[in-house]
Amino acid sequence: MAFFDWKVIVENLPFLMRGLLTTFQLAVIAIGGGVILGVLVGMGRLSGRKYVYYPATVFVNFLRSIPLILVIFWFYFLVPILVGRPLGDFVSASIAFIIFEASYFAEIIRAGIQSIPKGQMQAAYSTGLNYRKTMGYVIIPQALKNMVPSLLTQSVIIFQDTSLAYVIGLKEFLRSATIVDAREVRSLELYTFVGIVYFLICYSMSLLTKRWEKKKGSSAK
Amino acid sequence: MIAYEFRWSVLWQQPYGSWMLDGVWTTIQLGFISWVFALFIGILIGTFRVTPWKPLRAFATAYTEFFRDIPLLVQLFFWYFAAPRILPASLEQYFYREVANVEFWIVVIALSIYTSSRVGEQIRSGLQSIPVDQFHAALSTGLTYFQMYRYVTIPLAVRIMIPPLTTEFLTTFKNTSLAMTVGVLEATFMSQQIEAYTFRGLEATTAACLVYLAITMVVILFMALVEKRLSIPGFIARNR
Repeated sequence: MAFFDWKVIVENLPFLMRGLLTTFQLAVIAIGGGVILGVLVGMGRLSGRKYVYYPATVFVNFLRSIPLILVIFWFYFLVPILVGRPLGDFVSASIAFIIFEASYFAEIIRAGIQSIPKGQMQAAYSTGLNYRKTMGYVIIPQALKNMVPSLLTQSVIIFQDTSLAYVIGLKEFLRSATIVDAREVRSLELYTFVGIVYFLICYSMSLLTKRWEKKKGSSAK
Repeated sequence: MIAYEFRWSVLWQQPYGSWMLDGVWTTIQLGFISWVFALFIGILIGTFRVTPWKPLRAFATAYTEFFRDIPLLVQLFFWYFAAPRILPASLEQYFYREVANVEFWIVVIALSIYTSSRVGEQIRSGLQSIPVDQFHAALSTGLTYFQMYRYVTIPLAVRIMIPPLTTEFLTTFKNTSLAMTVGVLEATFMSQQIEAYTFRGLEATTAACLVYLAITMVVILFMALVEKRLSIPGFIARNR
């Protein structure tokens, strides 16, 4: 029977925190890049032009039906072939995450844009704005505001998803814990610690999301 | 782009072809077994969340929040590496050495507990989406409580829940790929094993992607048929 020995956590804390930092970096890149690409793809999903609509739709539906692990592996093998040399696990994981999460963001953004009444678009056009300005100054800013809860929820999911970069050996939080575990053989303490840290971060983020929703709901009344 | 010669033949050469097929079969088993457990626990948790008894509701809420806010891979590692440590040493050894296919069942445990927290949420929102008037109307026609649930509430709730639960099922299916990290020989694991033997990572990974894509499409088509068969005309708008 093993008893909890928290010494192993304290002693390896700097190493584990470096892993957590990598997790945060990857999450920020994935969320930032994913939202930007997602806005483009989401607008493509609403486009009347078939050569824009179909590629965007295939992109979204394809990526949403395969596991993230495979996307990570796929780019891990593809990037060196495209570039001619390996760029390291962080770069290839970042590319995989941006592209994968963009497909989820695209659907959130599409729903957000669709939630804006058509009249807004017509009003903007009638003031003489073109499509790009209508989207950029009128529709997307309003849509983004409606989407904040979904975007925050998806961000929490992405934060959790970054643990999958473990499979290509990226030293993020979970991988750091397994490296310490391989040396110290303290699985119970380490994985409990990792679980608690993830829980605290994700739970506080989801509380924040709920508070935002409530605030928005009360101000609307 | 550097010239890369695709060699798709690794996928049907022996033994790689049959590895992949074995992997796909394991993936399907994992997905279905985990789903059955997840659905069962999820229905319980979802129902607990709408019961009037407060302690039960609090328990179900805590359960949902807890398992939703920890990454599945971390939970899986906890069940696989950490949890057996709590057992006495002899039992722990028996567990790892004697239980056949132990990784498989640990993945089933981790995946079904994780998924059940998500299923519970869908069940709760499905139950809450039924207007109270439906209950009153059913009772006022003289139905008993049991009849009300049997003929009015549950048939409605099931139809409302089918689309979100289909999504959850597909998520479960994709999540089985995490089983490779603890050495379950499912499709993703097999694709990477083929890579290790042939250095044909792109082909093997693409093949695995297509397998998941095909399964997803089959499930979506099947469920669309089911929804169509079950739909009550003019009652629940099909907004897809």
